Amino acid sequence: MKLFKFLLTGFIFGIVLTKAEAVSWYRIYEMFMFQSFHMYGIITVAIVTGIIGIQLIKRKKIKDFSGNPIMIIKKEKGFTRYIVGGILFGLGWGLVGCCPGPIFILLGTGIYSIGIVLLGALIGTYIYGLLKDLLPH
Amino acid sequence: MPNAIFSIEAMLSIKGFAILFFGGLLIGFGTRYAGGCTSGHAISGLSNLQVPSLIAVIGFFIGGLLMAHLILPLLF
Repeated sequence: MKLFKFLLTGFIFGIVLTKAEAVSWYRIYEMFMFQSFHMYGIITVAIVTGIIGIQLIKRKKIKDFSGNPIMIIKKEKGFTRYIVGGILFGLGWGLVGCCPGPIFILLGTGIYSIGIVLLGALIGTYIYGLLKDLLPH
Repeated sequence: MPNAIFSIEAMLSIKGFAILFFGGLLIGFGTRYAGGCTSGHAISGLSNLQVPSLIAVIGFFIGGLLMAHLILPLLF
C-alpha cells in the first residue's frame, strides 16, 4: 500500500511534466532564449504552490506517510558549491534540455537516446563522489 | 525533441554521442555538486525560501544562458 503511494506520486509527476511539455528540449531552449513565457509560468506557479504547501505543512504540523511530522532540512550554507555546481548543471540543462527527473520520463516516452544522457549523468555523479573531498564547497 | 540531438542516427555519430554523454555528465556532476536540481533547488528550495537555492538557481541560469546563446550556436 505504501509502495503504491510512491508509485502514484511518480505517475502523477511523469504525466504532469509530460503534459506541461516541461520535458521538451524546445521548451527549455525557448526559456533560455526568452522566446516564451511557458516555462517561467510553470516554475512560478510551482513555487507559489510550494510556498503555500510548505507553510501549511509547517503550521498544521502535517504528518508524512509513516506518521512522523514532516521535517524539511534546511540547505547548508555556502556559495561556491551552489554557484559552480549550478553553472555546470545549467550548461548540461541547456545542452540536452533535461534535468534528472525528465531523463527517466523521456526514457518512458520512448526517447531511447536519452539512455546515453542517463549513463553520462551516472558517471558524473560517480566522478563527484571521487572528487568530493578535493572540491571547494 | 529535436532529431539533431535525439534521433538514433545522431546518437550513433561521434558528435551526437559526445553531446548526449557530455550533457549527461554535466547534469549528474552539477546536480550533486550543487546539492540539487531544478526540482530540488528551483522549486522545493525556493518554495522553502532557502538562500542557497537562490544562488544555485542563478547558477543554473548562468549555465543555461551561456549554453543557449554562446555554445549551442557553435555546435550546430
